[in-house]
Amino acid sequence: MKTGHFDEFKLVTGAMAILALATSIMVVVPYLLLDKVHPVGTALKPYSMAELKGRNEYVSQGCVYCHSQQPRDPAFNSADQERGWGRPSVASDYYYDRPHLLGTMRTGPDLMNIAVRQPSKDWHLGHLYQPRAYTPGSNMPAYPFLFEEIPATEVRKDHVVINLPPDFAVEGTAVVATPRALDLVAYLLAMDRTYPVIPGLEGDAMPKKKTVKE
Amino acid sequence: MDITVILLLMTFLVSVGALMVFVWSMSKGLFGTGPEASRLIFDQGEQGKIEDPALTEIQRKAFQQDMNPAAANQHSMDTELQERLVADQSSAGPALLCLTLAVIWLFWGSIAGMIASMKLHLPDWWVASEWITFGRIRPVHLNIVAYGWCSFAGVGIALWMIPRLLKTPLRGARYAYAGALVWHVGVTLGVASILAGLSDGLEWLEFPWQVDILLFTGGGLMAVPLVMTLLNRKVDHLYVSVWYMGAALLWFPVLFGVANIPNLHFGVQEATMNWWYGHNALGLWFTPLGLAAAYYFIPKVIGKPIHSYNLSLLGFWSLAFFYSQVGGHHLIGGPVPSWFITMGIVQSVMMVIPVLAVAINQHMTVLGNFRALKHSPTLRFIVIGAMMYTLASVQGSMESLRNVNLVTHFTHYTVAHAHIGLYGFFSFVMFGSIYFVMPRITQWEWPYPKLISLHFWLVTLGIGIYFVWLSIGGWLQGLILLDGSKPFMDSVAVTLPYLEARSLGGGLMTLGHIVFALHFFAMALRFGPSRMTQAVLGDSKFLNLFLKPKRVTA
Repeated sequence: MKTGHFDEFKLVTGAMAILALATSIMVVVPYLLLDKVHPVGTALKPYSMAELKGRNEYVSQGCVYCHSQQPRDPAFNSADQERGWGRPSVASDYYYDRPHLLGTMRTGPDLMNIAVRQPSKDWHLGHLYQPRAYTPGSNMPAYPFLFEEIPATEVRKDHVVINLPPDFAVEGTAVVATPRALDLVAYLLAMDRTYPVIPGLEGDAMPKKKTVKE
Repeated sequence: MDITVILLLMTFLVSVGALMVFVWSMSKGLFGTGPEASRLIFDQGEQGKIEDPALTEIQRKAFQQDMNPAAANQHSMDTELQERLVADQSSAGPALLCLTLAVIWLFWGSIAGMIASMKLHLPDWWVASEWITFGRIRPVHLNIVAYGWCSFAGVGIALWMIPRLLKTPLRGARYAYAGALVWHVGVTLGVASILAGLSDGLEWLEFPWQVDILLFTGGGLMAVPLVMTLLNRKVDHLYVSVWYMGAALLWFPVLFGVANIPNLHFGVQEATMNWWYGHNALGLWFTPLGLAAAYYFIPKVIGKPIHSYNLSLLGFWSLAFFYSQVGGHHLIGGPVPSWFITMGIVQSVMMVIPVLAVAINQHMTVLGNFRALKHSPTLRFIVIGAMMYTLASVQGSMESLRNVNLVTHFTHYTVAHAHIGLYGFFSFVMFGSIYFVMPRITQWEWPYPKLISLHFWLVTLGIGIYFVWLSIGGWLQGLILLDGSKPFMDSVAVTLPYLEARSLGGGLMTLGHIVFALHFFAMALRFGPSRMTQAVLGDSKFLNLFLKPKRVTA
């Protein structure tokens, strides 16, 4: 018999067995482990309607490409704590997150607990309209399309007008937040995972103990 | 000991055990005989003959004279060459369709990349249009280059190589046509969705799941000709490129399908799935397609079989095994189980095995033939691409180590690394491959050979600037991020000059792509002075090429 006769068979079975192994370890096992990690007993609440809409806006505008949502363990590096970005996050903090927005980039700061550092709605609205009005040197894009610029005389009672610093305000023009901007800010103001973690609840999801030598 | 530690130890033991079994089985010849299979890409009397269709007749003669003058007068058997002509004709249409779409997407991908790059240092530029905001144009760039350019180029070259390597005409070409068109529609709709703000929100998986059905179907359809041709193969052994391509075409639909099941993944589990997919798209889709091309074209151009066939197979299986489990290194320091990350790191470091297998093999093949790079533009692109593969992979293994990752993880350093891999390695190999196959597909010479050099120098200089400066900028950014006593804004300020340098590098690359695309279409439309066959009036319509490929006379 020729030696290459079963090459296709080896190729298909070998390739698929290897992929199945990787998929079990990296997708199925985490699914089984994390399915049990509920945030019961913590202060974490499901997102409200406005917050969910704001979260979709966060996804839609691609905030995740510059902002992470995962303060790191001080045992790994303490800078996140020193900057006041909050305790290391644990798996149950993300229980209601679909899609996950852990992020891979810190062109901007981590936002896991941005509501604690910046609780002001005005600040967030103004900062979204023109980041450089609040943070000189920032390279965050401005989001003028989330706002309406209208003559100051046409401002109605139900309008949310943002207060820009004098250098950036245009006289006679009012900048009004759209519902999308308000939803996005509602989501940002819900970003508070500073409640205590209940020991034992996290099980294997805690990155605390080092069990294997590297 | 808890279950996770046991799992981890088991993974490790299974990895090493599998490797041992494999080495043993290869020593027993269970995976085919070595030297025989590596000569499979040459016909009788062809070994020692150089081949680079991108050269003119005079250049070819000089190349042959320089490399191996004795082989110049060897005669190949007419029947075998005739068979190859038939094989080439059978794949010409589908390959040309894929490569044409690839080049179009390369152009748009470059434009999107340029805009994204510039927006990072010009944050108030072009902000009024929502669809072009940074957070949309950046994923558009990634998705276009990954699913438009790289995938179409990889599949196009694979479709062209398959009949040559199996020595039989391509079967089921219509599935490839259908698959490519469905895929193309998928990428178009996906990109439109992201621009409109309809993203799934996961990196590498932004296309909405409704659109993903098209990519899943298209990818599956494009794999059909491979299976059908394999079942009709006329060769005893599968050349190493076939292993790589075959596995990639089988893996992709599975990966993409599992990753995009709607309403299944959640929270941190979704993050582990995200990077299982993200790194497997690189490791089990692009990398094998790129290596398959490198393993064919390098020996083919030089006219010398690869150094060790067994080593190439060891490379294949160890790549499959280790690469499929490295994704955890994207979540180092994150809220995921420690065994998950440790496994990612272990397998990332184990990746040194397949990478060295490829590096040694390709280096030993080119060794003593480096002057061939002077003659052949095809080889220049592919050999540099192969070197970048080694560089990117070793760098990747290093980056997965905790103390290195600590600095690089959330920075532009990672972006530079991604580009040396998918651009320096994969795209370079594809450029070289396209320069080789297009003259065979269209039976036309590249009309303006100087443009090939221009393309080469523009993109080489471009990626050089891009990689060096962005790596430095990213590293400095990482150091400031780690120093809690420094304000965060310092980490932004330090990167700005490097981000500008990146735009410069990206601009050169984009220029190179425009040169390449113009040359490509000039050839497809049969412009230019040099002709291999008689030009027939009314035969210069681009679409004719899809319908009735002409005979090669050379």
